[in-house]
Amino acid sequence: MSRHIISVLVENEAGALSRISGLFSARGYNIETLTVAPTEDASMSRMTIVTTGSEDVVEQITKQLNKLIEVVKVIDLSEAEHIERELMLIKVRAGQKEREDMKRMADIFRGRIIDVSDNTYTIELTGTGNKLDAFIQALEPGSIIETVRTGASGIGRGSRVLRV
Amino acid sequence: MDRIKASTLTGAEIVIRCLQEEGVEFVFGYPGGAVLHIYDELFKQDKVKHVLVRHEQGAVHAADGYSRSSHKVGVALVTSGPGVTNAVTGIATAYMDSIPMVVITGQVPTHAIGLDAFQECDTVGITRPVVKHNMLVKDVNDLAGAMKKAFHIATTGRPGPVVVDIPKDVTAATCEFHYPETVSLRSYNPVRKGHAGQIKKAVQLLLEAERPMVYTGGGVVLSNSSSQLIDLVRSLGFPCTSTLMGLGAYPGTDKQFLGMLGMHGTYEANMAMQHCDVLLAIGARFDDRVIGDPAHFAQNPRKIIHIDIDPSSISKRVKVDVPIVGNIPDVLEELLKLISSAKTERKSIDAWWKQIGEWRAKDCLRYDRKSAIIKPQFVLEKLYEVTKGEAFVTSDVGQHQMWAAQFYKFNEPRRWINSGGLGTMGFGLPAAMGVQLANRGATVACVTGESSIQMCLQELSTCKQYRLPIKIVNLNNRYMGMVRQWQEFFHGNRYSESYMDALPDFVKLAEGYGHRGVLIDKPADVEPALKEAFSRKSELVFLDFITDQKENVYPMVPGGKGITEMILYEDL
Ligand SMILES: Cc1ncc(C[n+]2csc(CCOP(=O)(O)OP(=O)(O)O)c2C)c(N)n1
Repeated sequence: MSRHIISVLVENEAGALSRISGLFSARGYNIETLTVAPTEDASMSRMTIVTTGSEDVVEQITKQLNKLIEVVKVIDLSEAEHIERELMLIKVRAGQKEREDMKRMADIFRGRIIDVSDNTYTIELTGTGNKLDAFIQALEPGSIIETVRTGASGIGRGSRVLRV
Repeated sequence: MDRIKASTLTGAEIVIRCLQEEGVEFVFGYPGGAVLHIYDELFKQDKVKHVLVRHEQGAVHAADGYSRSSHKVGVALVTSGPGVTNAVTGIATAYMDSIPMVVITGQVPTHAIGLDAFQECDTVGITRPVVKHNMLVKDVNDLAGAMKKAFHIATTGRPGPVVVDIPKDVTAATCEFHYPETVSLRSYNPVRKGHAGQIKKAVQLLLEAERPMVYTGGGVVLSNSSSQLIDLVRSLGFPCTSTLMGLGAYPGTDKQFLGMLGMHGTYEANMAMQHCDVLLAIGARFDDRVIGDPAHFAQNPRKIIHIDIDPSSISKRVKVDVPIVGNIPDVLEELLKLISSAKTERKSIDAWWKQIGEWRAKDCLRYDRKSAIIKPQFVLEKLYEVTKGEAFVTSDVGQHQMWAAQFYKFNEPRRWINSGGLGTMGFGLPAAMGVQLANRGATVACVTGESSIQMCLQELSTCKQYRLPIKIVNLNNRYMGMVRQWQEFFHGNRYSESYMDALPDFVKLAEGYGHRGVLIDKPADVEPALKEAFSRKSELVFLDFITDQKENVYPMVPGGKGITEMILYEDL
């Protein structure tokens, strides 16, 4: 079992997303995260799916994705050099006595404070999933009020591209 | 280039025009509110004939049988809501066996979608997991393109059913009609030619084989590759087996044919499958009913070559050594060409044939021929003789299906029509209607059981309306025989709910629908009854054979076991 990050170019048609998520649930494949948004070409969306599975299962996942009529291209990014990033917005307790510490912690992780209230900070943090996890770990458990994460987006390094 | 001069048509007219353009002969359907405009247009023309079934499941199975027996696309038309949900079993049946089909479904008007309107259901959502593709057409301007795309997708690559869901207001709206001559989809380009390097590797393996085996499936039938398969197998001199879905692609009476393999396959086919050193798999998918436990199958080392149009069928349950993705006839022709010109000395496979001969000598399909009660196998042997092996045979699901597959030796593809993937009871009769309509003068038999036949029995009425002279061979054992067999073998003879009490009088029932019914309860009457029935060229005859209640299908590989772990007749 290993973690794979799969990028999918799909026709921007109604129902394409449910076809893909339906495929994963029907065949019992894992989805850790799934992100989707249009690309520079409005007729196409790009999806990044993080999944875990044996080599055989991941091979089936890519084949089954390719079989869907609306799927234009699929690559397993984790097969070679790639970059992945995830965005997290995290709202933390930041009363008078926590403010300093919280600011310092955000700085260490290169987070940005994007909203401030009397008792809270909202911090924006980008990085790999591991980095976001590490930030959460580093905080006092009681200090987290709310988190929202986008799931990973990925892209190949250098000349490795996914396009039609 | 658009072939047809533009003219302004309603959506309903467009649907019919598209069907005409595609050369559709028959639409199997059932009307309702959401499709009334389409029915109105059907009424105004006579190029596309409508066949009115008695239940939407029957419509889809009939379209399916029509396609399987003719290699044309099956077309069904149903209304929204319950029309669609009734059709789902048929669509899933076609999907599991990769049958090219277009199902047109009515939908509530676009403005009502999502508001729980009368007879609304999420057709695209409900059918999504059981179609090759589906689409909701919300704009009449997209309708002709969607229809073209549906036929294109259904028939190319690995075929399958496509659902086109059309809201009622779209069938009333108008636009200029152009029927596109071709479609090109950047996201869908099925391959044809196999990879040359892989084909070379395959040839090498085949030529060096000492214990070769050819294993074929439904893909050979679907791709019309029977003649290429026969040429290849004959030129190699190899033994050949087939799955339930591939029967007939290689002649069932040929001496190189070892019979069907799998859960109820022959002893020789299963043994050869397990013990071969090179396996050539063609249009088959190593499913659980065929190779049983993949770990057991992997215990014997062998090289596997797998030809299939669908990459996802390759290395799904069994890892293969030489995958060849391509259109089967193209790949087989390529293989044959290279084999004929190869200089390599071929290994003798005489010892292998000798071994196979020993396995064959087990005579694994033996049964008690002296029985005073009618044995179901006997009925099928007689059916084969009386119809000279030339009938189209549809079946339902259960023991009768397996006996038909074992005892009717199909020498041609598209003659054996059954639901192998989904295993849908109720398939046989409506499928036979489609078969008969696709092959008007042909002999069509529906081999069924008293439980299965009752699942789409209402279609006897359709058979009357369209004068379909199907011969129903009902193997009436008063049990859901296959369920009873599993209960006998694996559940301590506890026949929980598998006995069919209060059966109808099938003779009267057939008569009630305006057909002929005959009850046969003595072995000596079997052949005369069959002869008599098949001599009636224009009548449907319901033959109710009262058969042995306790007969079992042998050999049997219990679920999850290895294919050589067979229960044989003699073991008991
Ligand atoms: C729609 C459906 N429901 C249930 C089953 C499970 N099933 C498989 S075989 C069988 C019994 C079939 O009995 P019958 O038609 O009398 O045939 P026999 O096995 O006796 O030849 C059943 C219930 C099925 N295949 N399809």
